[in-house]
Amino acid sequence: MSGVGAGVSRLVGTLGLLAYNGAHNPHAEHLAVGADWAVYLVGAGMILAGALGVILLRNPVHCALFLVITLFGVALEFVDESADFLAAVQVIVYAGAIVILFLFVIMFLGVDRKDRVAKEPHPAQRPLAFALGLAVLILVLVLAGFGTWSTGAHSLSGPLYSGNGPADDVGRLGQTIYTRFLLPFEMTSALLVISIVAAVVLARGRHRVAAEMSGEEQAALRDGATPPGDAAGDRPPAPVGAGGPVAADPEEKP
Amino acid sequence: MRVPPDWYLILALILFVLGGTGLLVRRNVLVMFMCVELMLNAVDLTFVTFSRTLDDLGGQAAVFFVLVVAAAEVVVGLGIIVAIFRRRTDATADDAHILKG
Repeated sequence: MSGVGAGVSRLVGTLGLLAYNGAHNPHAEHLAVGADWAVYLVGAGMILAGALGVILLRNPVHCALFLVITLFGVALEFVDESADFLAAVQVIVYAGAIVILFLFVIMFLGVDRKDRVAKEPHPAQRPLAFALGLAVLILVLVLAGFGTWSTGAHSLSGPLYSGNGPADDVGRLGQTIYTRFLLPFEMTSALLVISIVAAVVLARGRHRVAAEMSGEEQAALRDGATPPGDAAGDRPPAPVGAGGPVAADPEEKP
Repeated sequence: MRVPPDWYLILALILFVLGGTGLLVRRNVLVMFMCVELMLNAVDLTFVTFSRTLDDLGGQAAVFFVLVVAAAEVVVGLGIIVAIFRRRTDATADDAHILKG
């Protein structure tokens, strides 16, 4: 572990980004001295362990749970960098909503089974993918070590830290979003509405498939009668997914 | 002593590479989606790091919008996955070749 730490330290030293270190506002610190390193290391461990779990584990449910670990690690790093609002939003939106959505779809579709690896359409793809990932990692590190970094002018959104006392990133972020970024903010609300409508349209489909109907409706469909149109209110939703009903769908065969 | 920004950038780079590798390696569409989320989080970490380093609020505002777009993207993507699963019973990305028409 100490050898790895020394290697990482050398790597960091070669990155040439250390010039930034003197540029901080001392008011940016809001964690106790020494605690930021502990928070960083714990968060980094959670991030890497979670990411490796997402990649390597076979069961999608386990992947989703390890994704939660990674997202919590990223939230820890946000806290470490004084981005309190983003840390809270990270936990609420990502870990609380998005992963739940993932888990819900996994359970709903009944796909909590292993990858089908028996039939491998492209045998060389996995080694090539690992090689490509390693190449990108090394390439970016080399570029960061040898390249010249320039950041240009500051954006219009204002400084993050000013005045005395600890950073008030919640107030500043809110003020910026509701003034400078008002139009993008309104556009994101439109985007959310569009995506909700799109999700409903995609998930429902234009016509109900046979697996979506109840038993007597399927029988009526087989007998050639038109199924009752919008009588969906007085019947429980038919189970969809889990392979069986969909595979038995007569419209499956083209 | 503060944690230098380089450490966050290296961590974000490793997370991004892990996500990209997983996106290429995995066959399950849902797990590929999770790997996209990993890459988005790596970029978020970079934004926040540069926001702190350069004393500029734009990075945190960008992360805010990335979060919104990620939520919308997950909703639509999972809708597409559910629509595909209506027709197919397996979870591999190669089954999406039916989108060719």
